[in-house]
Amino acid sequence: MPETHSAPSPTGLSGRENFPHRDLLAISALKPWEIRFLLDEAEHWVAVNRAASRKHDDRLAGLTQINAFFENSTRTLLSFEIAGKRLGADVVNMHAATSSVKKGETLIDTAVTLNAMRADVIVIRHGSSGAVRLIADKVDCPVLNAGDGWHEHPTQALLDALTIRRRKGGFEGLIVVICGDVLHSRVARSNMLCLAALGAQVRAIAPPTLMPECVEAMGATRFTDFNAGLEGADVVMMLRLQNERMDGAFIPSPREYHMLYGLTPERLARAKPDALVMHPGPMNRGVEITSGIADHPERSAITEQVEMGVAVRMACMDVLTRSARKVEGWA
Amino acid sequence: MSRIAITNGRLADPAGTAIAEGAILIEGDTIVAAGAIAIPADAQQIDAAGLVVAPGLIDLGVFKTDKPAFHFGGITRAALMPDQSAPLDDPGLIREATRGGKPDFWVHPIAAATRGLEGREMAEIGMMQVAGAKAVSTGRQWIADSGVMMRVLSYAAGLGLTVIAHAEDGGIAGKAVATTGETATRLGLSAAPACAEAMAIARDLALVRHTGAAIHFRLVSTKAGFDLIRAAKAEELKVSCGISPAYLFLSDLAVTDFRTFARLSPPLRSEDDRQACLQAVADGTVDVITSSHDPRGPEDKRLPFADASPGMAGAETLLALSLNLVRNGHVSMNRLMALLCANPARILGVSAGTFAAQSAADIIFIDPDAPWQVDSAKMAAAAGNTPFDRLPVQGRVRRIMKGGQFL
Repeated sequence: MPETHSAPSPTGLSGRENFPHRDLLAISALKPWEIRFLLDEAEHWVAVNRAASRKHDDRLAGLTQINAFFENSTRTLLSFEIAGKRLGADVVNMHAATSSVKKGETLIDTAVTLNAMRADVIVIRHGSSGAVRLIADKVDCPVLNAGDGWHEHPTQALLDALTIRRRKGGFEGLIVVICGDVLHSRVARSNMLCLAALGAQVRAIAPPTLMPECVEAMGATRFTDFNAGLEGADVVMMLRLQNERMDGAFIPSPREYHMLYGLTPERLARAKPDALVMHPGPMNRGVEITSGIADHPERSAITEQVEMGVAVRMACMDVLTRSARKVEGWA
Repeated sequence: MSRIAITNGRLADPAGTAIAEGAILIEGDTIVAAGAIAIPADAQQIDAAGLVVAPGLIDLGVFKTDKPAFHFGGITRAALMPDQSAPLDDPGLIREATRGGKPDFWVHPIAAATRGLEGREMAEIGMMQVAGAKAVSTGRQWIADSGVMMRVLSYAAGLGLTVIAHAEDGGIAGKAVATTGETATRLGLSAAPACAEAMAIARDLALVRHTGAAIHFRLVSTKAGFDLIRAAKAEELKVSCGISPAYLFLSDLAVTDFRTFARLSPPLRSEDDRQACLQAVADGTVDVITSSHDPRGPEDKRLPFADASPGMAGAETLLALSLNLVRNGHVSMNRLMALLCANPARILGVSAGTFAAQSAADIIFIDPDAPWQVDSAKMAAAAGNTPFDRLPVQGRVRRIMKGGQFL
C-alpha cells in the first residue's frame, strides 16, 4: 500500500532502489517516491517526443515486447505500441479475437506459451480483476498491467498524475474530483490510490448505485451530490459511463445521468476558476461531459493526457527492462 | 396580502396533545400561526361555530384523481400511485398528473420505481422528481428481483425520496385472491398465507438496513408485519407504514358471500390480524391511514370474485371510519390528524398537513358526530365499490379551505 500522503523518498536512493519491482501491476504496490520516480522519468520522454528531430531511441533494440490484450482497446494498445517502437523494441500485438484463447486455451496455458517464446516485456489487458497477476506469476519477464477488470490501470493513473503535476505544479492540498461509474472503474481505483499517495485530496462522486462500499478506504471522500462535490475543486476527472450501465440496471437513462452527473459549464463554475478538466477517454459527449467543456482550449487537459500516456509508457518500459539490459545500478 | 382568522374552532393540531380552543391566522395561502393567538384587527374573521378544525387530509396512495370523492372526504391533497393506464414512469406523465386537480385539489404524483412497473429496469426517478414526483413506488406489486429493489432503494435515497413499497412476496401471493384460512377454504378461493406480507417486509427491511434508504410500506395488515416494523423502528431504520380503514374494521369474514367490494389487495385478513392492526395504530407503529381510493365500476366488480379487480372507493369514508378509532379510544383526535395529515406530508416532503407556520393553508371544518349512512349508489366517487355499503357512520366535513380559499 502506498504510504499516506507525500512521504519523501528515503535519502540517497540509487539505481534499482528507485524502483525495486519486476512488474508494474498496481499502484497499490508502489511507494510514493517510486511513483514520483516514474513521473520524473516520463518528463524526459515528453521532451523527446516533442523534439523537432525525434531521434529513434534504440535502448530497447533487440527486445521483444508482446502486447497481450484479452479485452478490446484502441487507444491504450496504440499508446503501448508506439511507446515500444519509439524505444526500438520489436512490438508484437496479440488480440483476444484472433488468439487461441478463443479456441478454449486457458489463461495459464497462454501465459506459459508467451513465456516459452522468451518475451522481454509483456503488456497485458484483461477483463477480469486479478487476471494480469495470474499471468505475471507464470512468466519470467517484466509484466505491465494495461488494465485488469475493475481492479487497476496503473499507467493511466501515472499519466493522469503527470498531466496534473505539469499543469498545477504539485499535489499537496489539491482537491481532485473523480466522477462517474466508480464502482466498475479501474481508472478510478488506480487514480484514488495514486493521488492520495501523492498528497492530493480526492473526492469520489457517483450515484449510490455506482459507488463502491468503503471507498473511503481507498483514500477518497464520498459524495452523491455532484454539485456539492465540485465546490472548490482543482481538478475534475470525468469517467466514461458504459452503455450497459445506463439501460436501467444502475441508472435509468443517459439523459437522467446527464441531468444529475453531467459536467456542464454551470457545474464547472462551482469548481475553482482555473480547474482542470480530465477524461481517460473515450468520451460520451453529451452524457458525462458536454462538448464545449471537453474541447475547451484552456480548461481541458484531455488531449494532453493522451500525450502524457505515450511518455509514461515509454518510461515504464525503459525502467522495467533496465535489469535485463544490465543498465548500471539496475542489474 | 389578505389575512383570514378562523375563530371559534376546536383545533385538532397534529402536533398537539388535546383538542384546544383557538384560532388560526392565515396570510395568502399559508398559515401564519395557530392556537391561543392574538387576532389582528384587519383579518377577515371566519367563525368555525364550534366545529373541529383540522388540516386538510393528505391521502398517501390513491389510484385515481377523483375530485368529487376527495372533496366529500375532506382530502385536500393526494399522492397518486403510478399504476395508471400509462404507468407514471415518464417525467411528462408526472408533470401532467400534477395538474390533475388544481387549484382546489393538489395531486402529488408518485414515480414508478421501474419502467412500466415491470420490476426490471429503473425508471427515470431523478427526472420525475424534477417534474413533481414526491416519492417512488413499486406500484401494486412488490419488486421480485432483490437486486433491483436494492438499487431502487439506494438510488432513491441519493435523491432524498422515500420508496413506497407493496408488502407481499409475489412468489407466495401469486394469483391468490384471499388470505389462507377458513373463509377461503369454504369458498374455494385461491389463497396465500398471511406470511407473504412478513416475508416481503423482512426482505425490504434488510435492504433498508444495508442501503440506509427510507421506505414506506403502504398497506400493512398482519401482526407479523407490524412486529417486524416495530423492531425496525427500535433499530432506528427509516421505516414507516400505512393502513386503510378496511383492514381495521373488516376481516376475511367480509368476503363470505363472495362480495367483490371486499376483494382487496392485500386481501382482508383474519380477525386476529385485524386486532393486531388496531393495536398497531394504538401503539404508534402505524404512521399513516390512507383511503387507498380505487374506484372500480361494474365492469371491474360485477364478476366472479377471483376475476374482479381488487380495490375499494375509500375517499369518502376515510375520515368517518377513522374517527371510530378516536371514539373507541385507540388514538386521540390529535394523533388521528397526524396519521391523516402530518405524517403523509412529512413522507412526501410537502409543507402541509400541520398548523405550523409556513404550512399550506389547507384546512377542514369537521362535525365529528354528524350521522350519515354509506350508500354505494349515492357516492360522489367515480364508482361506488365500498365494502362499507349501508353502514351508518358519523363524521362529516362541513367546509374545506385550500390554499387560503374556501371551496
